[in-house]
Amino acid sequence: MLSVSNLHASVDGKAILKGLSLDVPAGEVHAIMGPNGAGKSTLSYVLTGRDGYEVTGGSASLDGEDLLALAPDQRAARGVFLSFQYPLEIPGVPALTFIRTALNAQRRARGEAEITAPEFLKLARVKSADLKIDFEMLKRALNVGFSGGEKKRMEILQMAMLSPRFLILDETDSGLDIDALRIVSDGVNALRSPERAMLVITHYQRLLDYIKPDRVHVLAGGRIVASGGPELAHELEANGYERYEQAA
Amino acid sequence: MSLASAIRDRDVAELPSKRDEDWRWTDLRGLVRVLPEPSRPANPSSAGPFDALAGDVRVSTNGGTVTPVVIAAGETAAVALRFVSRGAGAHLAAVDVTVGAGARLVLLESYESDEASVAQVSLAITLASGAIVERIVLAQDDAEAVCVSYAQVVLGPSAKFHQTIVACGARRQRLETRVLHPGGGAELRLDGVYLLANKAHSDQTTVVTHTGTDGLTVQLTKGVVRDQARGVFQGKIVVDEGADRTDARMGHHALILSDRAEVDAKPELEIYADDVACAHGNTVGALDEDALFYARQRGMSQAEARSLLTEAFIGEVVDHIGHDGAREVVCAWVAERLRG
Repeated sequence: MLSVSNLHASVDGKAILKGLSLDVPAGEVHAIMGPNGAGKSTLSYVLTGRDGYEVTGGSASLDGEDLLALAPDQRAARGVFLSFQYPLEIPGVPALTFIRTALNAQRRARGEAEITAPEFLKLARVKSADLKIDFEMLKRALNVGFSGGEKKRMEILQMAMLSPRFLILDETDSGLDIDALRIVSDGVNALRSPERAMLVITHYQRLLDYIKPDRVHVLAGGRIVASGGPELAHELEANGYERYEQAA
Repeated sequence: MSLASAIRDRDVAELPSKRDEDWRWTDLRGLVRVLPEPSRPANPSSAGPFDALAGDVRVSTNGGTVTPVVIAAGETAAVALRFVSRGAGAHLAAVDVTVGAGARLVLLESYESDEASVAQVSLAITLASGAIVERIVLAQDDAEAVCVSYAQVVLGPSAKFHQTIVACGARRQRLETRVLHPGGGAELRLDGVYLLANKAHSDQTTVVTHTGTDGLTVQLTKGVVRDQARGVFQGKIVVDEGADRTDARMGHHALILSDRAEVDAKPELEIYADDVACAHGNTVGALDEDALFYARQRGMSQAEARSLLTEAFIGEVVDHIGHDGAREVVCAWVAERLRG
């Protein structure tokens, strides 16, 4: 699925990723943990192609296709989805309009037929009910005036409706209370499948009690400095990142 | 100094120039070196944009006379007013609109030119006590035309006047509205949209004078400029001495989508009363890069993300149009220009 090799990237001329390598096979959920400033969000933006994140070396591919050569929307059409740490407010665009425009753009890019309005509304009703989102809320401008928890739920709703293959969750637990965390995690877990893979970026172990990873990696100083099973997350929670920061 | 007197007297020395403070961004004297010959009478070409929405369509082609619009007290009407310029001549048109006490009027006004004409249209709009008028102006001038529309609006007590001007510019285009606001519960809403491409120039100028207590004015103008286009917004609110408890809010926001486009804005509040609530906001900038990336991460192409966000930006103004049919016409017109 995702294969990242010796990736170097810089922002404003400052090196952030310094030789990061990572393989996430289909069907698996990998967690990336690390201290603030380690490059966690940079990794998510480099993988999705944000302007200003310059790749200076290495490679990243999805099922053998070079991701770094593709525009952000082409990556999305191939199934890469990023759940943003801070979802954007889109004034004037109802959530339904935004999601439908995105879904149809992806479908067109893949050479598929556009979704019809009734099909789309049916899908939106089912998926929003799963996530306990009031359907009326989808008629409002996306994320405008939404609480932190509502914005995160809206990210998972988009994820559920766009049905991506490779999911990146960037600090999805921040700003969520326990109830919302459970709803969001259930939504994410429902998408686990042998054809999909996930990269869960988080600062705290808490989220990983709900979304159980197959592998845990420690990102420090722009590289993966340790990898292990789910027990590594507990070890980090107990002992902190200091040891790894020194190693980096 | 006005385009109207220059056309009437056939004297370019009477054209407003950049030396006139009010016209410094819409210089006509520097542009029009020789006034064209007077326009010949002509028939309007195709249908107007609002014909289907009004039982009463009045057309002035090349300065042809229009019967004054008179709505008797208590009546309700929708009138389409078309100002059509055919050919490259110069002409003047004028019309009076009088709305009686408690009457309601939807005024659907359009400017349609097809060549390098030079024209001024002058309107005098008078609302009696309690009258309600919604004026929607669609200015779709030719890229080579020079067009000035000048409307003088006088509100009676408790009257409501809601105006939305939508314009795509011309060689020089100015849409000026002056409102005499008596306060006394009268409500004024002045909105505007300009969508400019290539070398288009559009100027929306408003002057609102509050003369009595308890007046409300709300203004919102939004523009999108690209290529080498130039948008001008001049909004002035005057609150006379004694016009206490006036509530006036003015907003102007523009998106500049290319390095060579330009927006000039001058919001002005002139307040001589003590007890008032007045505010203005003005922003000129580019599309939010973070929002663009967000939309692209979800699968929209650069072009699609830009047009979605731009339409949403303008949509805030268009959504305020009260007349359903007119709102649909304007919505489609905006979408066509932004996607084109």
